[in-house]
Amino acid sequence: MATVAEQWVLVEMVQALYEAPAYHLILEGILILWIIRLLFSKTYKLQERSDLTLKEKEELIEEWQPEPLVPPVSKDHPALNYNIVSGPPSHNIVVNGKECINFASFNFLGLLDNPRLKAAALASLKKYGVGTCGPRGFYGTFDVHLDLEDRLAKFMKTEEAIIYSYGFATIASAIPAYSKRGDIVFVDKAACFAIQKGLQASRSDIKVFNHNDMDDLERLLKEQEIEDQKNPRKARVTRRFIIVEGLYMNTGTVCPLPELIDDIDLISANMENSLASIGGFCCGRSFVIDHQRLSGQGYCFSASLPPLLAAAAIEALNIMEENPGIFAVLKEKCKRIHKALQGIPGLKVVGESISPALHLQLEETTGCRERDVKLLQEIVTQCMDRGIALTQARYLEKEEKYLPPPSIRVVVTVEQTEEDLEKAASTISEVAQTVLL
Amino acid sequence: MADPGGGAVYNGTPHNQSAADCHGGNCWKNGVVKESQQNGNSNFYRPIVESFEEAPLHVMVFTYLGYGIGTLFGYLRDFLRNSGIEKCNAAVEREEQKDFVPLYQNFENFYIRNIYMRIRDNWNRPICSAPGAVFDVMERVTDDYNWTFRFTGRIIKDVINMGSYNFLGLAAKYDESMRTVKEVIETYGLGVGSTRQEMGTLDKHKELEDLVAKFLNVEAAMVFGMGFATNSMNIPALVGKGCLILSDELNHASLVLGARLSGATIRIFKHNNVQSLEKLLRDAVIYGQPRTRRAWRKILILVEGIYSMEGSIVHLPDIVALKKKYKAYLYMDEAHSIGSVGPTGRGVVEFFGLDPRDIDVYMGTFTKSFGAAGGYIAGRKDLVDYLRTHSHSAAYGTSMSPPVAEQIIRVMKLIMGLDGTTEGLQRVQQLAKNTRYFRQRLSKMGFIVYGNEESPVVPLLLYMPAKVAAFARHLLNRKIGVVVVGFPATPLAEARARFCVSAAHTQEMLDTVLEALDEMGDLLNLKYSRNRKSARPELYDEMSFELED
Repeated sequence: MATVAEQWVLVEMVQALYEAPAYHLILEGILILWIIRLLFSKTYKLQERSDLTLKEKEELIEEWQPEPLVPPVSKDHPALNYNIVSGPPSHNIVVNGKECINFASFNFLGLLDNPRLKAAALASLKKYGVGTCGPRGFYGTFDVHLDLEDRLAKFMKTEEAIIYSYGFATIASAIPAYSKRGDIVFVDKAACFAIQKGLQASRSDIKVFNHNDMDDLERLLKEQEIEDQKNPRKARVTRRFIIVEGLYMNTGTVCPLPELIDDIDLISANMENSLASIGGFCCGRSFVIDHQRLSGQGYCFSASLPPLLAAAAIEALNIMEENPGIFAVLKEKCKRIHKALQGIPGLKVVGESISPALHLQLEETTGCRERDVKLLQEIVTQCMDRGIALTQARYLEKEEKYLPPPSIRVVVTVEQTEEDLEKAASTISEVAQTVLL
Repeated sequence: MADPGGGAVYNGTPHNQSAADCHGGNCWKNGVVKESQQNGNSNFYRPIVESFEEAPLHVMVFTYLGYGIGTLFGYLRDFLRNSGIEKCNAAVEREEQKDFVPLYQNFENFYIRNIYMRIRDNWNRPICSAPGAVFDVMERVTDDYNWTFRFTGRIIKDVINMGSYNFLGLAAKYDESMRTVKEVIETYGLGVGSTRQEMGTLDKHKELEDLVAKFLNVEAAMVFGMGFATNSMNIPALVGKGCLILSDELNHASLVLGARLSGATIRIFKHNNVQSLEKLLRDAVIYGQPRTRRAWRKILILVEGIYSMEGSIVHLPDIVALKKKYKAYLYMDEAHSIGSVGPTGRGVVEFFGLDPRDIDVYMGTFTKSFGAAGGYIAGRKDLVDYLRTHSHSAAYGTSMSPPVAEQIIRVMKLIMGLDGTTEGLQRVQQLAKNTRYFRQRLSKMGFIVYGNEESPVVPLLLYMPAKVAAFARHLLNRKIGVVVVGFPATPLAEARARFCVSAAHTQEMLDTVLEALDEMGDLLNLKYSRNRKSARPELYDEMSFELED
């Protein structure tokens, strides 16, 4: 039965062949020949990797010369020779062997050599030793840390605070904890380097608005709104953040907060300046801050702040709460020095009158940054010879996105007296005249 | 026998003889792997003995089952919370911001809300004494299943500390040897208020840097205020676009962050696997950058001395041989190994008897063995000079606090013997003795313990999330403080307890802990190891005979 059926099918097929039109047969024939060719041709790879013989590979390995690990640094690089301070960096500072009045350390409230802070640190040293030997998650949380976080939250009138053991790492860890790839961040042009690094680590879209220019920010926000309307699905999952500094370190100006927003979600601050300790903290509502306890890299993967530094910070907070008048005194001094430094020939003051960290820039730049830096360094050196300790503001020239012009940093502290301020102003004025003219 | 391959090599060869073949093959998976001694080098005196035993199958099944059940219940509870049937204890957004895009993605918090939250009383335990061999833990209880804690006010005193990185036992409350630290607080104060490049370099820093260079036997060193920041701010200064970074699989978050911030291309090689590294190096040198085929500007290998989650010690002689052959640069993070391995505590370079000039960039932290805070980078003078001018930390980060610097100076002098006593050396030797004893006893009991037998970081595998919690809680009740780690610091199915042996632990303390662990092991059924090894297994291990031909 089967063979008869087969034969019958075969007959049908042969008949079909005869009946098919010629072009059909030719096309089928060509296709069959093509398939046979493909089946028998050699396979090839997209990249000719097997091209090199072992001998050639060894030769390549022998020949390759990498760059040296670090390029040579010239001996007179401006940042190579550090000023060495002998003893504490307090109001009367000994720099490179010379006694000067300190206008360079960020010791705004003069707490760097306050005996109460030292006593608190000593008490803590007696009980805890120096280091914590562990991150916060693994027995590195001391009662001192919890106290400090409580006090900071109360001082800043927020729900919760979280402390970091290094000021730079605070904002650089906080930003990537919230803003991820695909989110949008609006940041001021004069944002400091730590913020820039935090943004780089977060891999978000960064939109920069001109320094303190609220109209520019509004323009960017409006543009973003238009973008959102074009793509509403994407807009629903893109978070948006605005980052500003309270007092910009690079320009000495204050951000116009009332115009900006009614309520702040996260405040990040540094304990290394006014609080005369080490570290930084973030504060805000628990909903926001608690997230950093598991996703702030500088918090989870780093040892906690040594307790003696935390105890000193608590004592500094105590002092700040006990005499709130100290802030008005600082403000007065800032205004005074701001006024006194006006009118120095060749130098202009950059910064607001209430800012304790000012910059003195060259009124007319020579056109070349290196020469500007040399001139300013000459002024700084001569001022130090005459007993006023100043420093240039240091930047990493190749790494900054918007490099500020070279400047001399002037820091006002509550410990500086009238005479100190007068002396500083007159010294800088004289030196500037000799150097720049 | 060994084939030297291309060029003269100082220490050993890139390819170990037959022992190398077993890395990809069967013998790596179960039991002890032994690497035979290096050839042609009389300095190298002991073999690397490490083990990463795999768990029996039923354990893995139950582990995943545990996570599965946890996840199911997680979905159920989320549903109940969202529909309002159950009260939600977590903090919520403000009313005005409810129609903003949510700040946290629901999914990334799922694990935290539902699995981590159940057992989170085992982490962030606050203490109120120095983190020495024994410490005081503040008792805290929860009334709402770990959503909030409150302190009862009671303090659990004299808990044996197996969790803090106190390798040499130098983290202790004040005693006369810390007199200089007290004096420094009184003269220098605490803060510095400026960066290294501006007005923040004190004479104390210079003293410390000279001492660190002497300690490590290198030309120069530079110190920074934070160990994490040392990596994340200096790797971008050393490499940039057009460079290649070869980073170990299990490198610390700071190394990963530093590598990412640098902008260089990153390629990962398998943990401590010299073959994987060699393959990457060969491909990199021969084929250059992807697509353009330009040669790489430089290649930097990032490894750690001791890996904190695995307890393994880097296979340094092999890696140094590789780096010499392929002209790459080696950056070694000795956060855990400085001060704790090596006959005089100088780290893994001394442990293996290598030449200190072979490593290009030494990096380490002062938090662990030195009982202080901060990090350092050391090496040749031109490297350190370059970092003084180009490091992010030197230009923007505050310098180290003076009393912390003094603590490091005092400890380093102690270890080096410069204070006139042999106390430092004794501590290093005591640590080595404690480590060997602890590890041997644990393996004999039948626990699966990872890592090198000389490493003071001892991970003990627990696998199941519920056992992780039970282990830590039971031990705290018996006044032993341990650290347990789970996902995401470790792979999902390999949760572990990590012990840090200290030179300050006495024999009695270690015996107490071992006894408690023995009982825990029986109670929680943790003795998974299938090789109940004797004290000296390597020479008699059956596997090595098969490979010798």
